[in-house]
Amino acid sequence: MQADLIQDSIGQMCPMPIVQLAKNIRKMQPGQVLEIRADDEGAHADIPAWCEQTGNEFLGEEDAGSYVKYYVRKRA
Amino acid sequence: MSSQDNNATTIVVFSGDMDKIFAAFTIAAASAAAGMETTLFFTFWGLKAIQKGNRTGKGLMAKMLGIINRGGINRLGPSKFNFGGLGRWMFKKMMADKGVTPLEELRQTCLDLGVHFLACKMSMDVMEITREDLIDEVEDVVGAARMMRDAANSKVHFFI
Repeated sequence: MQADLIQDSIGQMCPMPIVQLAKNIRKMQPGQVLEIRADDEGAHADIPAWCEQTGNEFLGEEDAGSYVKYYVRKRA
Repeated sequence: MSSQDNNATTIVVFSGDMDKIFAAFTIAAASAAAGMETTLFFTFWGLKAIQKGNRTGKGLMAKMLGIINRGGINRLGPSKFNFGGLGRWMFKKMMADKGVTPLEELRQTCLDLGVHFLACKMSMDVMEITREDLIDEVEDVVGAARMMRDAANSKVHFFI
């Protein structure tokens, strides 16, 4: 999936991937896609939950071996 | 904050234990990151987390308390297994080894996200802690009614 911005959260633990996610989405344009690379297993639950609460769209995840790529589209 | 717009979280931070303060700042950061108006009301032992760390108190008893219960975010010990500071060192090391954000940095993250810090006037008076003993980022020194108004307008309220 093509992302407009990549966030490297590898090695970060709760709540930092979500804090970074919130900061990044704030500076992006509506419709743009953010890719979050994270190896904290909690992110698997946290990122979709954050999207549900904030109204941004969770597009899915992709296993990249030692980490997972999560995709979020900024809401209009 | 209007009564319709209750997308807010308030947390009463009563404890001064490192582990519980960790929980408070982690929840506050997640709340603010989700776009919720987030307020931390520090009272009693919780004041330690927003004290600069200097000695406090004027009277004899308050001075003694200021020594045995000295504030400052890097002086907080865990609620269990502190063993006179050894536990604090151990937890700090274990958290650092796992890549957990240090407590002081987590507090700064909360401030960067716009979390409001309020201090309880009554407990400050009892323990003889002044506004100058608290970090500059504390927005206001308030009473229980202010916290209750914010809590009543919140979707989420915690007591830690």
